[in-house]
Amino acid sequence: MTALIRASFVVPLALIALLAALFLTLRPLDFLGRGAPPAEALTVERVGLDADGFHALVRSGGATDITIAQVQVDGAYWEFTQTPAGPLAYLGSALIDIPYPWVAGETHRIVLLSATGTTFEHEVAVAIETPETSAGEVAGLALVGLFVGVVPILIGYAFMPAIISFGAAGRRFALALTVGLLAFLLVDTLKEGLEIAGRAVGGQKAETALWLGGLVSFLGLIAVGRRGGRPPEGAALALFIAIGIGLHNLGEGLAIGASLAGGAVALASFLVFGFALHNVTEGIAIAAPIERPGRRWVLLLGLALIAGGPAIAGTIAGAYAFSPFWAALAFGVGAGAILQVIVEVSASLMRGAPKGASGSWVSGASLSGFAAGVGIMYATALLVAG
Amino acid sequence: MDFRLPWQGRPVSRRRVLGAGLAAGGAALSPGLRSVRAETPHKGSAHGGNRTVGSVDHGRNGFDPHALLTDWDTGSVSILPDGRRLREYRITAIDKEIEIAPGLFFPAWTYNGRVPGPTLRATEGDIVRIEFRNAGTHSHTMHFHGIHAASMDGVPGAGQVEPGDSFTYEFEARPFGCHLYHCHSMPLKRHIHKGLYGAFIVDPDPARHPELADAARGRLLGTQDNAQWQEFVMVMNGFDTNFDEENEVYAANSIAFAYRDKPIRIAGERPVRVYLVNVTEFDPVNSLHLHANFFDYYDHGTTLTPTHRTVDTIMQCQAQRGILEFTFAEFEPGLYMFHAHQSEFAELGWMGFFEVTT
Repeated sequence: MTALIRASFVVPLALIALLAALFLTLRPLDFLGRGAPPAEALTVERVGLDADGFHALVRSGGATDITIAQVQVDGAYWEFTQTPAGPLAYLGSALIDIPYPWVAGETHRIVLLSATGTTFEHEVAVAIETPETSAGEVAGLALVGLFVGVVPILIGYAFMPAIISFGAAGRRFALALTVGLLAFLLVDTLKEGLEIAGRAVGGQKAETALWLGGLVSFLGLIAVGRRGGRPPEGAALALFIAIGIGLHNLGEGLAIGASLAGGAVALASFLVFGFALHNVTEGIAIAAPIERPGRRWVLLLGLALIAGGPAIAGTIAGAYAFSPFWAALAFGVGAGAILQVIVEVSASLMRGAPKGASGSWVSGASLSGFAAGVGIMYATALLVAG
Repeated sequence: MDFRLPWQGRPVSRRRVLGAGLAAGGAALSPGLRSVRAETPHKGSAHGGNRTVGSVDHGRNGFDPHALLTDWDTGSVSILPDGRRLREYRITAIDKEIEIAPGLFFPAWTYNGRVPGPTLRATEGDIVRIEFRNAGTHSHTMHFHGIHAASMDGVPGAGQVEPGDSFTYEFEARPFGCHLYHCHSMPLKRHIHKGLYGAFIVDPDPARHPELADAARGRLLGTQDNAQWQEFVMVMNGFDTNFDEENEVYAANSIAFAYRDKPIRIAGERPVRVYLVNVTEFDPVNSLHLHANFFDYYDHGTTLTPTHRTVDTIMQCQAQRGILEFTFAEFEPGLYMFHAHQSEFAELGWMGFFEVTT
């Protein structure tokens, strides 16, 4: 190793340190600020509700420290305690406990006032008690995850004998249906993820994390799937479909859990049923690439857990520890995984296409499958609108 | 098993509402929560939870809301060659950040460093001379609600003072009553709500009102008749701290809940007179409601007989003002609330107590 190479490990780092020291001590560009008022930013990440009132987790995203001076609820100053007390630094968070007699089923508006009188508003759309962290409650949320994630996949498997009875065309139909379903999930995942990213405090750059997380997971899964030099087929392809759907279901679970906890969902039973129906097609998608699925029920059960299990974890995590940033990242990773599966299933569909007169992989079966996949997802999504 | 998360105050073991809701449908939610609500604490406190947290540093502000109540600025008095009394005042406009609720700061424009500005008090017929200096960063004026010449009106073109300059306003104090002054530079809304206003009280001259001389003497500061009264000035105001043209804080004399957190002590046997002025910006009206009692009201204070008798709520548009007279004689000692009867204003700071003692 030459001296030059050795120095190049150290010199750039030393230069960065020097630059930092210069800027922090001499502050040569402060004149550009011209005494502008501090850019304060504050986000309420989640609000828990119980008999003691509201418990708001807030995070600062501004360039300057922010002091929470007072709290209003529904246009009235209200007593509160802040833990930990004191100003919030960049990306710092605190818990604001407000002993407010909230009204079940009604909307409440929380306004936080900084020392400069800037206001930060958060709406509790529908006030309902936050689930408690008891074993029974966790079990209840796990049950929600089970019904949303695993059960519909198992139900979906039951369609397979009927689909297979149509022979090769039936399988093409099932694979194309998978692509249609995944295309819907991709759009849905990105849309939901970007929406949640918007709720994160600006400094965390949740949107960027979402896109990059998606890109990394897409490329990573493609690389893993083709590590043998060949694209995945059969059970391996089914595994990747299960992983992609699983990551999507993690995000979906987070959203459901957060909604249940945050009171945004009034009719939980109907919502859970809607999601379950929505996800039945996932069972067909996972089983589609597997030869003779009827004889591989252990594999199918395992894949159902991989694809549906994350919904359980997501629902519980969403209810108790929802963070817009991490949820957005989860949605991004899920979107990347779904894109990978779309690529691989499409490739499989093309390879398996009959070399007919046209030589095209587009057939009546694949077109109708794709349309059915998108159509079913769209129609069942109407059940969970809101 | 119950365990606690950092954002859950304490472990609770009541019926789990969400679980019940999931099992039985959404309709099951409400009854469960209503029974929970009945356990809500705070029944014993005087604020019921509606309060600001912490305390305002009146020393740093340079004015105390309790001292403001009775702080009459009567000027420096001399007699003019023609025998009339001259009252001279010095007022300076100063930019100053003030704490209007604990930890909540407002970049105010002030007269003499306080909001509301000094309560100027004169007697009907006095010559009032105000040397006004502008030490602020914008043009300002002092526009008096009273009778005066056009050149003394304190509007752009007549007595507007640029930063660093000064102007002397001079006029005869009339009519007697409860009046106000405020900055009339443009934009008017901003100049008023930033804090440039104050009360201007003109006491009646008993000699000019022989038929109601007793009532006039009761109003005239410095007389024995007046000394039995407990007089307070309250300027109803608001502060738009985030500049969205809605007030975040309402108060009488600027500090949210100042007279709730520390009630105004009054002796039950002596009558009470409140000089009430409304300068609240952005809202069409403000009001005062007195609990457990009724008062006589003199709109603008320009009469010696009440314009409203036996009322317990009075409303004022911006710049409207009047005098309230009431007594707590023979009342049970204790805390008697008063507040704007726009509940919104009350809960955003404009409420207080009289603490009646024997």
